[in-house]
Formats: sequence, C-alpha cells, structure tokens
Amino acid sequence: MTQSLFEQIGGEAAVNAAVDLFYRKVLADKRINKFFATTDMERQAAKQKAFLTVALGGPNKYTGQDMRAGHAHLVKQGLNDSHFDAVMEHLGATLTELKVPGELIGKAAAIAESTRNDVLGR
Amino acid sequence: MARVEFERVGYVCDPAETVLDCLSRHGVATPSSCRSGICQTCMLRAVEGVVPAAAQKGLKETLQQQNFFLACACVPESDLNVALPDAQAVPKITARVVEKSQLSPSITRVRLDVADGFAYRPGQFINLGRADGLVRSYSLASVPELENFVELHVQSLANGAMSSWVRDGLSSGDSVTLSEPLGGCFYVKGQPEQPLLLVGTGSGLAPLYAVARDALAQGHRGAIWLYHGSSRPDGLYLADELRGLSAKYSNLHYVPCVSRGEPLPGIAQGRASDIALREHPDLKGWRVFLCGHAEMVQEAKMAVFMAGVSMREIHADAFVHAAAA
Repeated sequence: MTQSLFEQIGGEAAVNAAVDLFYRKVLADKRINKFFATTDMERQAAKQKAFLTVALGGPNKYTGQDMRAGHAHLVKQGLNDSHFDAVMEHLGATLTELKVPGELIGKAAAIAESTRNDVLGR
Repeated sequence: MARVEFERVGYVCDPAETVLDCLSRHGVATPSSCRSGICQTCMLRAVEGVVPAAAQKGLKETLQQQNFFLACACVPESDLNVALPDAQAVPKITARVVEKSQLSPSITRVRLDVADGFAYRPGQFINLGRADGLVRSYSLASVPELENFVELHVQSLANGAMSSWVRDGLSSGDSVTLSEPLGGCFYVKGQPEQPLLLVGTGSGLAPLYAVARDALAQGHRGAIWLYHGSSRPDGLYLADELRGLSAKYSNLHYVPCVSRGEPLPGIAQGRASDIALREHPDLKGWRVFLCGHAEMVQEAKMAVFMAGVSMREIHADAFVHAAAA
C-alpha cells in the first residue's frame, strides 16, 4: 500500500515541528499578522496546527462549511486573495525549511489551495 | 464497558466510542470543534480514572500531568469521572492562616495550613475565597517537598477589596477557603539540562520563586535565569533569599530589575522582560515562565516566541486585576 502524503511527510511529528516555524513566520509578516493578533496565542497556535494538518493531508473532519464559518469574521475585516497568497508562501517556506521534498510540498500546497474559495467565502 | 461520569451522572460508552460522542449521544453538550484531536476545544479533565495516552497526544506536559485530555480522542478503557476544565475553580477547601508578614510595603505574605490531600504543583494558583463570597486568584509560592504550609504573596492594590482585607483585616488563626490548584505554571521533570527563563513583575515573583526552588530541589542542572521587575526599588522582595539561593546553586542567576528612577548598585535598570531578552536574544530550546503584569506577560510571550521558544515551552500567568468595587 502506498503511504499517504501525511505519512510521507512524517505524520504528527512533522506537524509539531512545522507549527512553531509557520506561526512565527505569520506573526512576523506585516501583511497578515493583524488577522492573527490575539491574546490567546496557544489557541491560535492550535488553529495553525489544524491548518497544517489539513494541508499535509492528515486526519481531519473539517468541511468546506467549517472553513467558511471559521473565517467569515476575517473576510468581514478584509481578508482577500493577497492574504491567502501570503499564507501559502509561509507554508511553502516552512516545509522547505524542514527539508520536505519539493514534490510533497507541491501536494500540500495543492490541498491548501483547494480551501481558498471556502476560506475567502466565495 | 466503560462508564463516563460527568456532573454526577453516569453514561455508558459503546465499544470504541469516544467520551465526546458518548456525552453528545446522551444529549450532554460540551464544547467541541474539529473532533479530530487537533483543535483542543473539547478538552476535559479526568478527576478520577486512567486516561488513555492517545487522548493526551499533542497536549502540553503540564496539561497532561493535570489529567487534561481531549474528549474527541478519548476511548476510555475503564471508568472515568470527567469535568470541564474550569470546574475546579470554586473555593471550597478550608484553610487556616498560620502566619502573616509584610515582605515589602506592597506585598503581604500569607502562610496557610491546609488539610492533607491538597496536592499542588509549585507555581500553580488557587482562588482564595472570603466568607462573604469575595474571590481572587493568587499563585502558590511554596514547594510542598520543602515546606508544609501553603504560601501566597498578596500585592496591595489601590482599592483592592481582597488585598486590603488581607493586609489590614486578616489575622493568624482566621479561616479562608481555597479552590483546587489551577494552571500550568510549574516545573516538569525530564530535561534537567534545559535552560529556564523566569520573568515576573510584582507578586508575579510568587510562582517563579516556587518554580525555581522546585526545579533546584528536583536536581535541575541547566541555567535558571530569574528576572524580577518592579517600577520602584521597594517593590523588590525576597531579594536576600534569592541572592542566598544563587550563592548556594551556581546555576541560579537572580537579576532584580527596577524600571523607574536613578540607577542603583546591584540592580538592573529597565523592564525585566526587556533586560531578559537583551541578555538572551536567542532562546531556542529554552523553557520560559512569565508571570505578573498582564500587558508584560502578553508582550513577553510574543517576544520569547519570536526569539525561538516553542509555544509548548511557554508557561504564562497574566495577573488580571478585578475592577475596583
């Protein structure tokens, strides 16, 4: 049996390694960090972990509806394609930093990309 | 089949059923979101019983040690008594004041005698209750392995209902009530060489005083940097004790900091968190404890994370002051 993308990337351990790197990049990015500003950094980090799990093809039960509902308040604040692009950039950079092979990064990026319209409420 | 007890009612789990599914099948609504063990929204605490390891995957060690678990990832193998995370917060445990003294003009030390069975980790906090129902949170400065009293440092606040009463009204021999110990601000064994950064302002020293002494008592060998900040010199307290401890333990470094006024010998000038970050700009691999002034804690949390500390290694208690009555 072929391994899933999630297994190939290294499973939960890989997500754990990625979450701090990814969240740090997002917080340092002036284009998008206002959407992530919160006093509860731990809860926010858990959300980043959920996003990475989805992008890496890990076990999740999120639906398109969940994605819409979860981001609707951000869309009202002006969340648009440019912000989504920035997040995609950080996803790629994080996985590159963790030395994930390019082909797997491409697959993860495609999964993340597939949520774009739901996240942006279109 | 395993039985799950929640708010004094028992529910029988189907085979392979999670605690979350079992409760919701019986019409009991507890918070949840991803239902995949990721988002941690459905976290509960096991008051009794054994939690399967899979239900604690991804949780901070401090949460694991307090028997927190994810209801959506928990298929119980034996009976469990579970509660919502904040259900332990009501002060119901009686304690008696055994000693009261003034550590500085603004800090009152209260030592309490609590019945056996009050098991806490040094640095956790309790809610302190007065007979008329007034409740405030205070951190535990004592270490159960070293002392048989429970110690609180109560900072006097202008118009502070509880702090004024503690300073002026409370006497040795009086009774108060305590909640169960709460929070994850405590030392966890297992990485004795890891450098620790402890930053506190005002009575934020209380949990750090406990964490530092607990770590040393448990044989921690890595560097322990303790920065205690105050706006004025008389807000520093336990300075002699901490200097004595750092003379005894070469890995403990105590840095008192004062942010206002003229420079003073032996005291760093500036905000404790700024000085700590200036002296330790690269914090990769460190464990960090931040306690005290809420704004300082929030800012420092972000700053130490950006300086390389993993989110799981940051333990913070922001002291939020109740609006004056």
